[in-house]
Amino acid sequence: MSISVHNIGKRFGAFTALDNISLDFPQGELVALLGPSGCGKTTLLRVIAGLERPDEGKVLFDGEDASRRDVRQRQVGFVFQHYALFRHMTVFENVAFGLRVKKRHERPSNAEIERKVHELLNLVQLDWLADRYPSQLSGGQRQRIALARALAVEPKVLLLDEPFGALDAKVRKELRRWLRRLHDELHITSIFVTHDQEEALEVADRVVVMNKGHIEQIGTPNEVYSKPATQFVYGFLGSANIFHGRIQEDGLAIGDHTLPLDAHTLESEVDGDAVAYARPHDLEIIRHDPANPDQEEGGIPSKVQRILAIGTLIRVELENPANPLVPIEAELTRGQFDELKLEEGESVIVRTKNVRIFPKIDYLANRVSV
Amino acid sequence: MSTTTFRKHNVLPGFNISLGYTLLYLCLIVLIPLSAAFFKTYEMGWQGFWATVTAPRVIASYKLSFGTSLLAATINAFSGLLIAWVLVRYDFWGRRFIDALVDLPFALPTAVAGIALTAIYAGNGWIGQFFEPYGIKIAFTPLGILVALTFIGLPFVVRTVQPVLEDLETELEEAAASLGADRLQTFLRVILPAIGPALITGFALAFARAVGEYGSVIFIAGNVPMVSEITPLLIITKLEQYDYAGATAIAVSMLVVSFVLLLIINLLQGWTKKRREA
Amino acid sequence: MAGSTTMATTSTLSLHQAPGAKGGSSATTEPAFVCWLLIGSALAFLTLFLFVPLVAVFVEALRKGFGPFFAALVEPDAVSAIKLTLITAAIAVPLNLVFGVSAAWAIAKFQFRGKQFLITLIDLPFSVSPVIAGLIYVLIFGANGWFGTYLQDNDIKIIFAVPGIVLATIFVTFPFVARELIPLMEAQGSEEEEAARVLGANGFQIFWKVTLPNIKWGLIYGVILCNARAMGEFGAVSVVSGHIRGLTNTLPLHVEILYNEYNFSAAFATASLLALLALVTLGLKSIVEWRSAKLIDADAPTENIQK
Repeated sequence: MSISVHNIGKRFGAFTALDNISLDFPQGELVALLGPSGCGKTTLLRVIAGLERPDEGKVLFDGEDASRRDVRQRQVGFVFQHYALFRHMTVFENVAFGLRVKKRHERPSNAEIERKVHELLNLVQLDWLADRYPSQLSGGQRQRIALARALAVEPKVLLLDEPFGALDAKVRKELRRWLRRLHDELHITSIFVTHDQEEALEVADRVVVMNKGHIEQIGTPNEVYSKPATQFVYGFLGSANIFHGRIQEDGLAIGDHTLPLDAHTLESEVDGDAVAYARPHDLEIIRHDPANPDQEEGGIPSKVQRILAIGTLIRVELENPANPLVPIEAELTRGQFDELKLEEGESVIVRTKNVRIFPKIDYLANRVSV
Repeated sequence: MSTTTFRKHNVLPGFNISLGYTLLYLCLIVLIPLSAAFFKTYEMGWQGFWATVTAPRVIASYKLSFGTSLLAATINAFSGLLIAWVLVRYDFWGRRFIDALVDLPFALPTAVAGIALTAIYAGNGWIGQFFEPYGIKIAFTPLGILVALTFIGLPFVVRTVQPVLEDLETELEEAAASLGADRLQTFLRVILPAIGPALITGFALAFARAVGEYGSVIFIAGNVPMVSEITPLLIITKLEQYDYAGATAIAVSMLVVSFVLLLIINLLQGWTKKRREA
Repeated sequence: MAGSTTMATTSTLSLHQAPGAKGGSSATTEPAFVCWLLIGSALAFLTLFLFVPLVAVFVEALRKGFGPFFAALVEPDAVSAIKLTLITAAIAVPLNLVFGVSAAWAIAKFQFRGKQFLITLIDLPFSVSPVIAGLIYVLIFGANGWFGTYLQDNDIKIIFAVPGIVLATIFVTFPFVARELIPLMEAQGSEEEEAARVLGANGFQIFWKVTLPNIKWGLIYGVILCNARAMGEFGAVSVVSGHIRGLTNTLPLHVEILYNEYNFSAAFATASLLALLALVTLGLKSIVEWRSAKLIDADAPTENIQK
């Protein structure tokens, strides 16, 4: 089933949770709603489920207006953040619940229920836990049982609220892959909410980045990561170095120095005060060479503060002349690093290989948090 | 909460019927009958009301009721804190039994408590006999009232302080000790402020209960007008003389005090809750 | 440090034979003699005020032996008092139970304006003197009350009759069940109910299959307390009863009458029945507390049995 929401608005008192949101969720896709806490993603999910009533706007299921439809008629499967397993029922009874509460003439026979529950428990690989109570399960197991329970009623849509939020890092990673595989098997339209960018980028077909009740960007994981549409997305997905300056003909003037920009970047419509975003791996470090001062034309002079040589990528922290508290971060491959032979305390020049320029607007100051 | 609508949307059913029934039942059982007392006094007029509630015998009963209640609640504040402390902090044989026994005054019918306390605190009773030789009479004097009110108010302080004491992190005390405080300083400066709101709440609850208490007191009080006659008994006396207006006037004066106490207790409980959540 | 280690060891050793501090070091416990002193004074106070009166009831009841004790309990007036007490509780408790569940559902599961005020109103009967609780019904249904003339004309008796006793009892036990359930249901939240709703359950199914099993122990707890008070209420019932022997006397009123007639052993025999009720109440209450504490313990996630 495809879902679309049109002009959804929702306020809680003076707080605007959703501000005129319109979105399409095509049939069979796994979509992530990604954003910081309080951005409205969970509210949007609950509006789609029918657990929350929007102040304005419509929710369409397969093109049909479902806004007035009761939760029970929406045929959605909802997995709650804290699982909401019925604590007084066994795992089996939890999964069977949705079947048992059906009206008499729709209700499957006991044998049919039994067959179906075991099938689902096998699907989530936890059939051996059928007689346990939720309190006897680990967090990861509870999560999978909650999913099996949601699937029991054969929902047309699967909605998951921070499905891995309460789990520790290792279990989280496992379950992520598992959810992806499950989705590939069942092909049910699924939407999950997360504040973890890695999770969204790794699992989803498409990512919707939200902030303060707005949609910042919609796209494939690759699109949102490599072509962030807004400063917020740039800052929220992955780490970024931020340079404040003024656009000139040859680059971005930062204090007495100039960060060279290529012609293409300079052609962008930004003028005057601007902010440049550069990923750590898009920085270029050039060794200060007293014999060859020409080389130093353009670029920000800096000093190597710290070298973190762990793993295949080497992280280098460099002195930031504009803000001593926030160092410039660069990432080098081991090969690049071995070639440069950098040492802590050394003077270097920093340039950028790839950079995004955004106009400097005051209100952005409080939107970006890096 | 939404400011524009009476209630936030919720998918769970049954709001209208459950709230409707709650309000109806509340009105029928509590609010309408209570309002009857106020209407009745309204018929008396202000002067009649004032004359009734400030008659010397009534004033004497207020002094007795509020005085002994205040004293009993104070005793309970100290002993309740002590008992809560002992129950939470120490392990000893029979602790669970004691813990259960603390609620006895809630469970024991007040009339039973009344006659039992009278029997043991009378001049020839198990405990009263030890005081008799010194000329101290407990039963049938205001002292007896104090005993009864202490009995019925006992669980309030214990049960409000106990959970707060249980929640109290020992780290706080360890921090105080590591900073050089001795046990008494730690208790007075760290523990007591933390349980203060709960202690005051328990005190107020015990006091409110004591002021209105009737069953356990009348047996042990002696009920001598101007000396050992509590306000609730005075209401009954007036009723038995068919002085409904007089009884109601005194009742209303007590109700007003009760409402003020309830308001204070509510504020205190909000304070305690905030403290515990912070 | 040596001192604190010794301290800890002593307290572990003395855990079962003698009083001792629960674990901890000198930073969180007192010297042994202070422990003893505090425990001693707490026990002395409890003995003086709780234990001795309780024992006294049974001793006084059996002072003249078992014969008179049982005679006092099977005497017709006593039997009818027992019956009336049971009837009163049998009406008042279920009514307040239904009210408590309904109030807790509205208050704990929904957000609406004036909620805090409503909770305060529900608590109101606790802060009203029992005597006043009786008085207000006299003002409404008594001979000179609002409906006095109407009731007299139609020959309906409420005051000085069973309905008045039931009404007064309902008033004084009004908040018990609601008071237990509201915080419990607020703490449990609505997620499980929402999950049931999404899975297609209707209102009745949600309440019966999801909510009720979760609040079961709190409900029983409230009912036990409500019942104890309903059977033991004295002040409010005393005002509306009229003290008609064999007709409008509940057990506590029967105790009073016997006591005022200087029939002490019979009074205490009857009182011992009520004291027994109190002990059963405390016992049940402890069991319920123990059960629900176990449920809370079991609820803590156990990450270590992963796979």
